[in-house]
Amino acid sequence: MKNKLLTALLSLFTVLAAQAQSSDVEMADTMRSEGKIYVVVGIILIVLVGLIVYLLLIDRKVTRLEKQLSDRQR
Amino acid sequence: MKNWVKILGICLLLYVHTAGLLAEVPRLNILNETIRALYFHVPMWFGMTFLFTMSVYYAILYLRNPSPELDRKVLEYANVGTVFGVLGILTGMLWANYTWGSPWHGDPKQNGAAIALLVYLAYFVLRGSLDNQEQRARLSAVYNIFAFAAMVPLIFVIPRMTSSMHPGSGGNPGFNVYELDYRMRMVFYPAVAGWILIGLWITNVRIRLKNVEEAIIELEDEK
Repeated sequence: MKNKLLTALLSLFTVLAAQAQSSDVEMADTMRSEGKIYVVVGIILIVLVGLIVYLLLIDRKVTRLEKQLSDRQR
Repeated sequence: MKNWVKILGICLLLYVHTAGLLAEVPRLNILNETIRALYFHVPMWFGMTFLFTMSVYYAILYLRNPSPELDRKVLEYANVGTVFGVLGILTGMLWANYTWGSPWHGDPKQNGAAIALLVYLAYFVLRGSLDNQEQRARLSAVYNIFAFAAMVPLIFVIPRMTSSMHPGSGGNPGFNVYELDYRMRMVFYPAVAGWILIGLWITNVRIRLKNVEEAIIELEDEK
């Protein structure tokens, strides 16, 4: 039983290794595939995240102002 | 405003901006990939309508029970709603340039949206022209109700009674074909919800800022 499992695993690895060798050298190609649309997605996400972080910072600044004000009102 | 609401809004928008560009969409002539603009153009109008509804809600509350806090809410919801409306017009013009042939096509919905925004701009003009705070708050609250009552037919009723190039009006099937497409719904509805939440957040920050400003003025008056 154990042997069978071992041979099964071994054959799986050989198949995987063969596949990896047969295709062209795979690098981090996601950003270069399909007309480079992922680059655009990345750019849009940077803008979106940037604006949201900015909003978050303004939010925190207002919270700080509110605290300062309530301290002074006492 | 609760933190989880903000986080939910952020997560929805991150999902929408990724899936909106990468997910499968129906292949249609003329529209081509610009069909994805639906995810970004239409939520602006949903956001604007939602914020204007909040504004008129607080305007009615103000008239029933006047207070400066309520007046500030009416103003800021109208403010952020107008920003969403301007973004809606601009995105619509860019989209129309490549699908209808020109940025301003005299489409009834396009004209209606522009008139509605002008009606809301008059709200700010009215506020700016009155010095007395109570008078300003009361008159502008009444005008706010009028502006809302004008916006609804201008954007949602009249374009549907004539032939508009916008989908779903005047026998134009347009979006009906793919509004039924569940793949697009999976992105479109989160987009609407996400932008409404972000709109609420921005308004929340603006109202708090205005409250702080007022409190400082009061403190200085006491001195």
